[in-house]
Amino acid sequence: MSGANLLELRDLEVSFNTEDGVVTAVDGVTIDLPPGEVLAIVGESGSGKSVTGLSLMGLTRGPNATISGTARFEGSELIAASEEELRRIRGDRISMIFQDPMSSLDPVYRVADQIVEQIRAHRDVGAAEARARAIELLDAVGIPDAAGRADSYPHEFSGGMRQRAMIAMALSLEPSLLIADEPTTALDVTIQAQIIALLRQLNRERDLSIVLITHDIGVVAEIADRIAVMYAGRVVEQGSLDEVFYDPQHPYTWGLLGSVTRIDRPRPKRLPQIPGMPPSLLDPPAGCHLRPRCPHAFGRCSEVPALAARLPESPGHLDRCWLTVEQKRSLREVDGRIELRARERTA
Amino acid sequence: MTEPLLEVHDLVKHFPVKSGLLIDREVDAVRAVDGVDLAVGAGETVGLVGESGCGKSTLCRTALRLIEPTSGSIRFEGRELAGLRTRELRPLRPRMQMIFQDPYASLNPRKRIGQIVGAPLRLHGIASGSTLRREVQELLDRVGLSPEHYNRFPHEFSGGQRQRIGIARALATKPKLIFADEPVSALDVSIQAQIINLLADLQSEFGLSYVFVAHDIGIVRHVSERIAVMHEGKIVEEGATDQICEWPSHPYTKELIAAVPIPDPRETRERRGGAAA
Repeated sequence: MSGANLLELRDLEVSFNTEDGVVTAVDGVTIDLPPGEVLAIVGESGSGKSVTGLSLMGLTRGPNATISGTARFEGSELIAASEEELRRIRGDRISMIFQDPMSSLDPVYRVADQIVEQIRAHRDVGAAEARARAIELLDAVGIPDAAGRADSYPHEFSGGMRQRAMIAMALSLEPSLLIADEPTTALDVTIQAQIIALLRQLNRERDLSIVLITHDIGVVAEIADRIAVMYAGRVVEQGSLDEVFYDPQHPYTWGLLGSVTRIDRPRPKRLPQIPGMPPSLLDPPAGCHLRPRCPHAFGRCSEVPALAARLPESPGHLDRCWLTVEQKRSLREVDGRIELRARERTA
Repeated sequence: MTEPLLEVHDLVKHFPVKSGLLIDREVDAVRAVDGVDLAVGAGETVGLVGESGCGKSTLCRTALRLIEPTSGSIRFEGRELAGLRTRELRPLRPRMQMIFQDPYASLNPRKRIGQIVGAPLRLHGIASGSTLRREVQELLDRVGLSPEHYNRFPHEFSGGQRQRIGIARALATKPKLIFADEPVSALDVSIQAQIINLLADLQSEFGLSYVFVAHDIGIVRHVSERIAVMHEGKIVEEGATDQICEWPSHPYTKELIAAVPIPDPRETRERRGGAAA
């Protein structure tokens, strides 16, 4: 399979020295992304999803950070790459958009100029040509009257338009991979739907591969091909969209799927909740990180389960849980939510 | 029908937009709340939903008279609040409380949890000394924190725990009505469920009424008996929750509902397939 993937991340480990001790934010993350696919990294705050995305771009490097592992991307090795090499890749072959489109645009420069700057930093093109390209991009991401709005300042744009401008900038050098870190979290639902539709369209029409980092499992269902569920620095489950949604193997995934409200279903009396709270990464529990919160934990959970394929029929569906497949399928039924929802669907 | 706990009638809050070098002239107004009617019955939860900037938070603050209404009437427990002097309002304050969106910004970082949760009791002269301490510890216990947290500082707590502290503070004066302004939108999903369930438990235990404000109609639907949809300072649609969610009549409500992502890939594909055809 090697070589077929656009991105192959192996055993990424990122830890930071803090005043309180060493925080292992990412603890052995392995992810494959075939070209043209959308991979969603789902998890709560502190699960390591953003640090994973930032590390791919070399943005977590620093005197306090220890980073190990490999990330192969289009023949380059990103984790060990020199700053010089990364500078050529960033913005050009991999670009990134962030949660808060206001703080990622420079407030004192006009929108088009910021795109022009990026184009001319990487390509030998004239100012006029770059500007024409910037306007074309703004138009492509759905900014109305792109030529007229190109000389606006970021504060003259609404949140949704700013995120569109960020996407235009990210696309300006036709990268093969876009890392989108919570791109819709700061936006209203109606605008979120538009931005997700735009990302989907770019994925389909331009064959743009996307790593979408999000906490919102609903957004994932709208756009992703594959999902990696992260919890406390580790990928606990990984698979295709349908595998993870309809045959979830890890108890944390069950909890995540179960605690989402659904507007198209009768309201449950109580929202299913995951008891307790995520562990401190300064001092995570030994073994499976979910163990203290997991009602199904047993003796073996004090050892760390490997991320492995445990379902013979779906070799791409990996999880980190010691329970047998039969146990999982019956437990999540007793647990109710996931299986219950799946059954309701057929009605 | 008995009189509702809170009845807001034709409430208006305009913020002036001023211009001019030497003399400020009022040139325009931001119509944050523009003639709103809203009623909340005893023990009821009314969801208030709308996008950012639609006036939801201003409506809450004006109804509480944390900011002065431009015009309109606010009746709470049969008493007109608009026009009351600060001194006259004070005895009513304990009856209406608010929970804020950002649990990081709404707790004073320099105060201990005991001081934060006990402040309303102290300010209103409800309790002091060892009674106050005991009441605060009972409140902490009730919202799922430990009484030992009394002497800790806010920074020692996670977002979900901080929101519990904010809820304990709102409960301290035994209010009848709580305005919950986006109480879970800053929290992780699994923690959101905990807080929503806690609010539901507290409601049945203390007979509380809530005005539950959120931009996410999915959450609002889960907690509310009735929903009011707000858009550009006005309530554009109001009704029973199932009525609003299943048969929305206003185009804006329809748009809000259609935008909520459905965490079910097969359904999403079906919807998309249907839309394409």
